[in-house]
Amino acid sequence: PAAPGAGLSPELREAIQQFITDNKIVAFIKGTKQFPSCGFSNTVVQILNNCGAPYVTVNVLEDELLRSGMKEFSQWPTFPQVYIDGEFFGGADILIAAYTSGELAEEVERAINN
Amino acid sequence: MVGSSDVEERLRTELDVQDLKVQELAGCGTSFALYIVSESFAGKRLLERHKLVNLALAPLMPHIHALSIKKAKTPEEEQGAAEKQKPPSQQQAAAM
Repeated sequence: PAAPGAGLSPELREAIQQFITDNKIVAFIKGTKQFPSCGFSNTVVQILNNCGAPYVTVNVLEDELLRSGMKEFSQWPTFPQVYIDGEFFGGADILIAAYTSGELAEEVERAINN
Repeated sequence: MVGSSDVEERLRTELDVQDLKVQELAGCGTSFALYIVSESFAGKRLLERHKLVNLALAPLMPHIHALSIKKAKTPEEEQGAAEKQKPPSQQQAAAM
């Protein structure tokens, strides 16, 4: 396994930062929006579909450097990872909890209007 | 191979755990569902609570596909939730 920090060059860090700033809602998942390849990623896609706001997904299975880099960038060891308005929001469980409580709808609305 | 006992041992060592249940999940890769009641969560938001759990399990994480943290509550929150529900004896009877 790679040493801690090995996956995240300054260039990659900057590219990730740019991407999550340019896109209001980003989900780093296993698989694609159309074909999530894991149940947890599928849950996140379904919830974001229900929110009705535009979002993009990034398939971390296609890029090992990004996959290890995102774990470090987010300080979060697993996928999916959801970013809203440039900030790490959480994984699947947090998204489910926020969706159920209505907090997610508020966050999404704030992000879209921001 | 990481088992639920490894996860449980680590959490009990790292966090001030009052109540803990670790379930191994079937599906893609080694996955666990966690139910944790701990004083360590006091004054922390859900994201911070999950980060605390992730941190406690950091050495095991490379071997874990997914963690589903179903519950991360403080003993006070847990007690408050229990009082709102039916007495446990009734719930158990209903589940049988």
